[in-house]
Amino acid sequence: MARAATITVEQGRGRKAPIPLQASALGVTALVLLPIVYLVARALEADASSWRLIMRWRTVSLTLHTIGLAVAVTLAATAIGVALAWLAVRSDMPGRRVWATLFALPLVIPSYVGAFTLLSALGPTGELQRLLEPLGVERLPDITGFPGAFLALTLFTYPYVYLVTVAGIRGLDPAFEEAGRVAGRSRARVFRTVTLPLLRPSIGAGALLVALYTLHDFGAVSLMRYPTFTQAIFLQYKAAFDRTPAAILSLMLAALALVVVVAERRARGRARYYRSGTGVARPLRPVPLGRWRWPALVLSGGVIGLGLVLPGGMLLMLLSRGLAAGTPLNLTIWAAGASALVSGAGAICALVVAAPIAVLGARYPSRRSRSVESLSYMGYALPGLVVALAFVFLASSYMPLLYQTLPLLVIAYVVMFLPQTSEPLRAGLLQLTPRMEEAARTLGRGRGRILKDIVFPLIAKPALAGAALVFLTAMKELPATLLLRPTGFETLSTRVWTSASAGLYSRAAVPALLLMLLSSVPLAVLARRVGVDPEGVRQD
Amino acid sequence: MRGTRNQWGVAVLLAVVLASCSSEAAEPQGSSEGPGSITIYSGRDEEFVKTLFDDFTAATGIETEVRYGDSAELAATILEEGDNSPADLFFSQDAGSLGAVADGGLLAPIDDEILDRVEDRFRSDVGTWVGTSGRGRVAVYNTELVDEAELPGSIFDLTDPSWKGRIGLPPTNSSFQAHVAAMIVAYGEDETRAWLEGLMANDPRFYEDNGATTRAVASGEVEVGLVNHYYKYEVEAEDGSLPIENHYFDRGDAGSFINAAGVGVLASASNADGAAAFADYLTGDPGQTFVSEDSWEYPVVAGYEASVDVPPLADFAGPDVDLSQLGAALPQALDLLAQVGMV
Repeated sequence: MARAATITVEQGRGRKAPIPLQASALGVTALVLLPIVYLVARALEADASSWRLIMRWRTVSLTLHTIGLAVAVTLAATAIGVALAWLAVRSDMPGRRVWATLFALPLVIPSYVGAFTLLSALGPTGELQRLLEPLGVERLPDITGFPGAFLALTLFTYPYVYLVTVAGIRGLDPAFEEAGRVAGRSRARVFRTVTLPLLRPSIGAGALLVALYTLHDFGAVSLMRYPTFTQAIFLQYKAAFDRTPAAILSLMLAALALVVVVAERRARGRARYYRSGTGVARPLRPVPLGRWRWPALVLSGGVIGLGLVLPGGMLLMLLSRGLAAGTPLNLTIWAAGASALVSGAGAICALVVAAPIAVLGARYPSRRSRSVESLSYMGYALPGLVVALAFVFLASSYMPLLYQTLPLLVIAYVVMFLPQTSEPLRAGLLQLTPRMEEAARTLGRGRGRILKDIVFPLIAKPALAGAALVFLTAMKELPATLLLRPTGFETLSTRVWTSASAGLYSRAAVPALLLMLLSSVPLAVLARRVGVDPEGVRQD
Repeated sequence: MRGTRNQWGVAVLLAVVLASCSSEAAEPQGSSEGPGSITIYSGRDEEFVKTLFDDFTAATGIETEVRYGDSAELAATILEEGDNSPADLFFSQDAGSLGAVADGGLLAPIDDEILDRVEDRFRSDVGTWVGTSGRGRVAVYNTELVDEAELPGSIFDLTDPSWKGRIGLPPTNSSFQAHVAAMIVAYGEDETRAWLEGLMANDPRFYEDNGATTRAVASGEVEVGLVNHYYKYEVEAEDGSLPIENHYFDRGDAGSFINAAGVGVLASASNADGAAAFADYLTGDPGQTFVSEDSWEYPVVAGYEASVDVPPLADFAGPDVDLSQLGAALPQALDLLAQVGMV
């Protein structure tokens, strides 16, 4: 960004953004800030009895549980993600092309689907116990609580680190490592002193995603009955007539999430500039694993076994068992349509709304546009449950026309997922130097032609990737969809949740399978872009 | 200047696109709000009442839009929404949630003609809600893991340390919450708190609802569950071979509490006639026949019999609690549940 700034300023283009652009960017920012502003206002109104519920040991224990889980999941997911990325891209592991694709796939499994499949497989009287029964095993240890929540979240979030790290490794210039080797350093030492520091920004970004996902997660921790903030907030919302304590707890969780974001930004510091280093066309030479091949295969097999084979197999088993028992199939084609409709609307609107933020950030860098950009990240840092609660409160009292309508749900998606479109758009616009446009204009092209011939083709790919990401995230999204959906409106995620939370796992199987199937479409778009396929040419 | 005008053009375009993608998405919602449709907030599970809604639509031509949730959650939602509530009718799993909404002044009086059909104890004493079915509280237990003789006659004795790690219950479910409210009415807050703290000391496992609790008992995950009496039959209907049985607490014991599911018409209802028609349907012949023949609950209108499988309603002779008082005690009960750490 800083580099682009100097280019723009050097060229003497207007430093000040046009008023309409500023106005729309500010409007978008105001929308994103609305939930948090409302929650603060609501918390300020709290009376003594609400505070009495907050000021107790339980809140401290919630905080500790939440932080503990986030730290543990982030560390484990980062370790797994980085190791698998290295194996997939740099090693000579047998079948690494297949592994490379498999490693990304758990991303289509929402944590709440993962959680209920883990529960039905590994629960005290679950599938595994049934298999072991002939051996005299009557009960397995309980996995609910920390172990279950940790397992579910780690298995289904490590692909974030994996994907970013793969992209990071592909963007590396092999010359750095080669220089290290030529200088006589061991391979391990080069990895530690050269490769890892270069990858730090990528890994940090992936770890941030995992930490946020864990803080935001509502489905897995609820099914695993592990008392974190989201679980407590939802219980307060469901089982209390005074909903102000839920608002206060939401604010505390929001603060925690913001601390994580700020900490990561600080840690990244100047290092982020390395990311803009351009890739090198020369293919990387695979590192021979030697006797490490077996542990590598065990790790890969274990992760894929638990993160992909177990949930997938469990869903199919539940499905066939449900069919045999004659339970209603819960064939939810209409819910699939509803999911696609609302996620699609979210993706398109997020793209449109992101445009002013991206243009402002890419073309008119200034202190003010940087703070507008940072503020537009706010909704992304906020847990879906928090955004949803704020909009439920706000709309039921002040916006009755929007209350329980699809537009409100779409607005919530935009607030929550905006950076997923604004970030790639801005990156796309940065590639497009103003000089290209100027050259075209010198050649007598009009504004319309320039947009059509130069701008759109160049930003189409990042825009599509951003929209695909929003589509994927919105499809899996649970708490906001659950609370904000119109009466009678059911998506695949709400269908899964209603059945799974009631313990009717076989009824959750069909919507869960459909959800994963539909999610794999945008994932395929994204995987191509990141270049998971080792032989694939970098698309950008 | 031309540049600025173009920028404004883009800003306007942006607004139009946003508005249009919103309104396009809004269409399916709009079509449901015709005069022949009612919006129901249902605290009752979809699996129990979906057929009832379909039959009602077939009989009256009135469409239903249903929002499912826990009864107390929906009551709190209606109280938060106030006059803006989109709901026409509140179909609650328990009398306490109905009472809480009535106490907030948000329920309209129900026709005497409908009220008078129903037994006195299953309707509001000021006519703001009417019961549609009765349900008793029991302890469902796993017959392979627990001997009937071991189960106490009083629910208060489940605090005995011998029950540590063996009990399951659904603290966010209104049937349980209303039971706690009834105990507050009958025994006072202190005694109820002591009981809840005693239960907590026994490390109970928490479930989403009565069905999940009962299935956990059936699978042996826990040995005893605090649920409504008919879940044993519902779960057995899914799989007849499950080792579950109902334990009824002693006559007069706090555990032997009977509650009513019922309906209230919102004072702000946009289709009050449609909502009243639903109350009429449920308390009339079709609704009570459904309760009598297609469920294991108790009919609330004289002349209809419960399924032969369930013990007579008279066997539930719990604490002497007027269901109309539950609404006032429910917020207190929820507060208490939060204080002891169950929610």
